[in-house]
Amino acid sequence: MEGNKLQRQAACMRNALFDQGYLDEQFIQLEDLQDEANPNFVEEVVKLFYSDSARFIRNIDLTLNNSPSDFVKLDNIMHQFKGSSSSIGAKKVKQRCTQFQEYCKIGNFEGCMRTFQEVKQEHAALKKKIESYLQVARQAR
Amino acid sequence: MDLGVKPMSYTSSNVSLKSGDGVSDMFPAGLRVLVVDDDPTCLRILEKMLKNCLYEVTTCNRAELALKFLRDNRNGYDVVISDVHMPDMDGFKLLEHIGLEMDLPVIMMSADDSKSVVMKGVTHGACDYLIKPVRMEALKNIWQHVVRKKKYEFKDKDYEQSGSVDELDRQQKPNNNEDLDYSSSANEGNWKNSKRRKEEEDEGDERDDSSTLKKPRVVWSVELHQQFVTAVNHLGIDKAVPKKILELMNVPGLTRENVASHLQKYRLYLRRLSGVQHQNGLTNSFMGPSDMPFGQMSSLNGVDFQALAASGQLPPQSLATIQAAALGRGPTKSSIPLPLVDQRNIFSFENPKARFVESQSQSQTQQHIKQVNLLHGIPTNMDSKQLASLHQSAQSFNNMNMHNHVMQMSGQGQGQPQSRSQILNEINVSDLPSSSSSSVISQPVLSQANIPTSFLGRNGIIASLPQPSTVVDFSSQTTDFAGSNNNINNNNNNNNSFSSKGSGEFVPSYDVFNDLYQNNRPQDWRVQNVQGGLDVSPSVLVQQRFTTSNQKSVGQNRGLSVINNNINKTAYSEIGQQINSSLSDNQLRIKAERLPDMGFQNGIFPHEQHFGQEDLMSAFLKQQQEGVGSVENEFGFDGYHLDNLPV
Repeated sequence: MEGNKLQRQAACMRNALFDQGYLDEQFIQLEDLQDEANPNFVEEVVKLFYSDSARFIRNIDLTLNNSPSDFVKLDNIMHQFKGSSSSIGAKKVKQRCTQFQEYCKIGNFEGCMRTFQEVKQEHAALKKKIESYLQVARQAR
Repeated sequence: MDLGVKPMSYTSSNVSLKSGDGVSDMFPAGLRVLVVDDDPTCLRILEKMLKNCLYEVTTCNRAELALKFLRDNRNGYDVVISDVHMPDMDGFKLLEHIGLEMDLPVIMMSADDSKSVVMKGVTHGACDYLIKPVRMEALKNIWQHVVRKKKYEFKDKDYEQSGSVDELDRQQKPNNNEDLDYSSSANEGNWKNSKRRKEEEDEGDERDDSSTLKKPRVVWSVELHQQFVTAVNHLGIDKAVPKKILELMNVPGLTRENVASHLQKYRLYLRRLSGVQHQNGLTNSFMGPSDMPFGQMSSLNGVDFQALAASGQLPPQSLATIQAAALGRGPTKSSIPLPLVDQRNIFSFENPKARFVESQSQSQTQQHIKQVNLLHGIPTNMDSKQLASLHQSAQSFNNMNMHNHVMQMSGQGQGQPQSRSQILNEINVSDLPSSSSSSVISQPVLSQANIPTSFLGRNGIIASLPQPSTVVDFSSQTTDFAGSNNNINNNNNNNNSFSSKGSGEFVPSYDVFNDLYQNNRPQDWRVQNVQGGLDVSPSVLVQQRFTTSNQKSVGQNRGLSVINNNINKTAYSEIGQQINSSLSDNQLRIKAERLPDMGFQNGIFPHEQHFGQEDLMSAFLKQQQEGVGSVENEFGFDGYHLDNLPV
């Protein structure tokens, strides 16, 4: 019973993540990769992403402060961040990244700043939700 | 593919494919992949995905480190996957290095899917371009690039080595590896491997065939063909109509169209048989200088395809299909009518290219070749660069075909009319008598768009002219062609034969011969199954099997059927395969790549087979000899040409 409950809860949380647009089907690709040999693969990758993405965020912050008009650089960093986010299926984060890049292209610093805040917000929100989901999922297994 | 259950145990001494020890059974399992990406998340994901494909993965987060790995262990990897944006070195630069130094197939990856970047990949010679986030499906098929490349290499080498084809030998030797710029010592070294590879591939192909029944393309295996022949004989050759044959054969999944196209080929074959007596080895006639630097050609072809694709004629899908077909695994049924682009064109195209190639640096070739691959369904605009390359190759060829071909391109319009015209201008139709421009790509061979771009890239033969059919990736073969072309030229009037006779009916000899010759593979009947009644138009796709010398030949689908003078285009047109057409008179060794359409999935050109070269060449040569001149249509059903083909 306990197991079932947890499983149901996990399933629920998972569905919510998809329904609310936090995750896209790339996340399913990750789930598909999880197997007996790598039972925590998804968790592992998500952790990797979050530790690595902190670096991107830091870099963008620095660039926005120090060389705010270096849109090329900003775009480059964001491009990498976007690639990373998309590989785990972080849909909303990815969308914000794209927006940020659009602002970079037109050299709109204001827009960049604003969008970057949104990127960070989405990034943090996803982290919370996905971590709690993964926790429940692990227990349910 | 039949991975088999054997543990991966290939020796590391040879390229995995080549080593064959356990590899052949499990191929593509055990494929040694080097992944380069500075993003640890992506790297981890890719690593897991590749491992799930049963590939042997080495990861690396620095380009410099990757180069070091590659240099330290030259034969240690089969394919490289690299990200475009990396901090220490630009991905394209890495791509160039690898191409020059190791000549491995390189797949680029990026979250950036803008055309310009993809194009850049193509021009730098990447054999494929994946958009992040990368999906498992995309990785599963990367082995095709390896096979393709090997195939080409092998082919070239085969020709060289095999003494079977005299002409080929003559031609090949000088051409092979020498003419081609990119013939690198690696090729030579690979020769043996390729041979082995070929065998492995053959096996693989066969295996694949049986295991991929679901493939739409009908592979006319020997057994199937036997059934066909029995049915025909039973009905009487005069009364043998597809419908009845189909009924008699009673093979599930076989359509009337399949039978019809096969019948057409068969008829030509019979006709040819009666005319030609001794051809042994079509290969001789067929593939002239297998060594021709196809690579170049392929790039050209590829370009064409791309252009075609770009022009909208070749729907990206077709490209994919072609590619797929080339692999022999083409999911597409032969329904993809590959416009057999003037086979001649292809060949001719390649020939010049071959020459051109020589002069070109390897990287260039590579570029071209790689170009092709990139076309995955990406409509490529043939940009002037490509066109230029095309042009170059075309020039070296007899351009007639090119000319036509180009013309067609321009006709098609799309995409870059300008670039096309550039090419046109540049291409001078050389002495191809028949430069009938009309003949150029007469028909879009591939109706389906699945032709993988890489395929297209190969021959640059624009398979589908008017229609967006899949473009046969001739370009991939270009490298091969290039080399071979040179050699081939001498054979009969191949040009003529290839040249569009009228409508480019150049039907490249089906690579079937290759197969047949190779080991008399029973399964290869590479009948090109013209699926869906491909009206094989002149553009028989000849596979350029020349690969050997052309390392660069990107493994793109070489579905080119051997271009045989006699090859009837129609049959081949369906094959999006790489039309090696440029052979035209040259005995280009057309690698019998799998004709995408041709139902023969592993049929004619098992993607792994290398063999085709020799066979093709001889077949081709033979063809040339005999039927030279009549390029038209004699669809040289490859299989049939061979005397020793058990009919």
